[in-house]
Amino acid sequence: MKLLIKNGHIIDAKTGIDGVFDLIAEDGKIVEISGDIDAEGCEIVDAEGKYVLPGLVDAHCHLRDPGFEYKEDIESGTRSAAKGGFTSVACMPNTNPVIDSESVVKYILNKAKQEGYVNVYPIGAITKGLKGEELAEIGELKFAGAVAVSDDGKPVKSSSLMKKAMQYASMFDITVISHCEDTDLVEEGVMNEGCMSTALGLKGIPAAAEEAMVARELLLSEYLDIPIHIAHVSTALSVELIRNAKKRGARVTCETCPHYFSLTEEACMGYDTNAKVNPPLRTARDVQAVIEGIADDTIDIIATDHAPHHIDEKRVEFSLAANGMVGFETALPLAVTKLVRPGIITMRKLVEKMSLNPAKLLGINKGTLDPGSAADITIVDIDAKFTVRPELFESKSKNSPFGGMELYGLVWGTIVDGRPVVSENILL
Amino acid sequence: MVLKSKDLLGLRGMTAEEIEHILDTAKMMKYVITSNNKRTPHLQGKSIVTLFYENSTRTRLSFELASKYMSASSANISSSVSSVAKGETLVDTGKTIDMMGTDVIVIRHPQSGAPHLLAKHVKASVINAGDGMNEHPTQALLDMFTIREKKGTLKGLKVAIIGDIYHSRVARSNAWGLVTMGAEVALAGPATLIPPKMETTGVKVYSTIHEAIIDADVVMALRMQLERQKKALFPSIREYFRFFGLDENRLRLAKKDALIMHPGPVNRGVELSSAIADNEKSVINEQVTNGVAVRMALLYLLTRRGINEAAD
Repeated sequence: MKLLIKNGHIIDAKTGIDGVFDLIAEDGKIVEISGDIDAEGCEIVDAEGKYVLPGLVDAHCHLRDPGFEYKEDIESGTRSAAKGGFTSVACMPNTNPVIDSESVVKYILNKAKQEGYVNVYPIGAITKGLKGEELAEIGELKFAGAVAVSDDGKPVKSSSLMKKAMQYASMFDITVISHCEDTDLVEEGVMNEGCMSTALGLKGIPAAAEEAMVARELLLSEYLDIPIHIAHVSTALSVELIRNAKKRGARVTCETCPHYFSLTEEACMGYDTNAKVNPPLRTARDVQAVIEGIADDTIDIIATDHAPHHIDEKRVEFSLAANGMVGFETALPLAVTKLVRPGIITMRKLVEKMSLNPAKLLGINKGTLDPGSAADITIVDIDAKFTVRPELFESKSKNSPFGGMELYGLVWGTIVDGRPVVSENILL
Repeated sequence: MVLKSKDLLGLRGMTAEEIEHILDTAKMMKYVITSNNKRTPHLQGKSIVTLFYENSTRTRLSFELASKYMSASSANISSSVSSVAKGETLVDTGKTIDMMGTDVIVIRHPQSGAPHLLAKHVKASVINAGDGMNEHPTQALLDMFTIREKKGTLKGLKVAIIGDIYHSRVARSNAWGLVTMGAEVALAGPATLIPPKMETTGVKVYSTIHEAIIDADVVMALRMQLERQKKALFPSIREYFRFFGLDENRLRLAKKDALIMHPGPVNRGVELSSAIADNEKSVINEQVTNGVAVRMALLYLLTRRGINEAAD
């Protein structure tokens, strides 16, 4: 099958292409990008007035499959990802069973092959059962197809275990992604500690709970000279710690999520459990610092941390509600609305942070439109405005705090392996 | 005048006019309690359910008598375990009560925000009788009623609140209510038991009891939970009383006619010396009477709300 995308503004952070061109793909591969291509027997996509980007890559999501299929499964999760413009997603191992063995990795890869709308890359566990006690069989995970290891959702509490995990994983050239949270400091906290937790009478999670472990990971990484990736950075001081470490030449990368540059703790007002997430939504000052971190490349990646939960897990008392929010279908529009349109980053930078850098982190051959690479393409209209309606999400879960918000950046098309999955904002 | 909301969830966000209106209504209700015939028809044909997920003696009894004095049908549900442990969600329990024709649900719950969740899902008015460490608005209203009764006004008064502010829903409700009414709220307690950024809410926070009490018109001591010691929030009762206990020496710093208040039950020798609890300035027992009056006023105002709206 041949596909011709005409007149779109093509951006490729890797090759540096940034202008209006035509793109032709055949048999799932990019063939050519140039001025004016006329070809016979092609399916033609008119992308005039839109951006044509390398398919977005999400370095951090939860597909809930196996074990929690009532929240999401590989089929629904990848539908949601495609609708949001993601062509590749890396799913975290806090499933049931945990992704800590070859068989679970294979299960996910097989199911994704059969039912998936986009490419799925499992992230293996650092420790068996995410218990933080013994190393998982990281070598086996890597060879089965895991693209990184993480105990996401839980920190690796023991510093010595984390040190060993980094050493052991580096032998297989697989990145460790750290969920930074000092649970001793968190105690029974359920939202950011500060004015809002005081006003709502909820127990707070101090920013230092995240920062303390970010600092630990940086120290370990620098000491060992082994890379570390910090997940979902949410505080001003975390950004500053990472910025300084990078200045010293530390091999650290990090990500943030759209909610950390779009929302503050005030979203918890009225005990809105859709705004309950871990790490918690922080203050306006933190949001500003995260935005600055994105602008100056301290923050390498924008990931969704797509975390679907059933309504029964959210329609409860705030302290008892599950942490997390769905993110696939709002991530790109939030980045366009909050970062690109106000001039904080260019579209090219957005492509770096939502496609090229996550692909590099995961060591997957994605994130570029270079001829010969996979025809994974996202087409977005950054001038089209729409209202977020969670009830219409493709995800099984609707736990989004963005409902009713007006955003720019409609995902017009998603193409996976040369095959259109979303066209004119409709999932095919 | 009508209350803006169908529910009484907290004093944060309430206007001074609304609070004033509740206190004025409570004043009328107090005549009923102190009269010979404690029966009015105000709530005839109304149904009140108290739904308590935490133990309570005085608050619950106070609501129950308030309902009975005004001829309401009332019923009680108590559950020592949370709704989740019981297997039914709070929303489902609430809807069940709602469908039985209940006009007002009075809820006490260990989780902050539980009454807010309930209120969203029921037609009945919801009164918060204490949620986690968030608010206990009827307690604060009865405290404000008591202060106003004794001092004539709330505006310009200095009210010192001493103790475990962090875990105290009484302190929070009083802080929001008193600041709204124009009082100066001075808080003091161990630094580990002061909520973060508390001073951004318009109150003053002091690290010594002296600074908080000096020239105070009202001194309110909060109940100290002894088990907080185990969580390393303070070293010992002995040390707590040494730095934050209210005794006669410290009370001399307050105004001569200062009121002594406590939401009860009092740990004698911990928050207050025994002599202070029994001091003539103590209005602790009057607070209890006023509690019934305030709750009568609230039940009356909330059940009347629909009628007034229809007339408008």
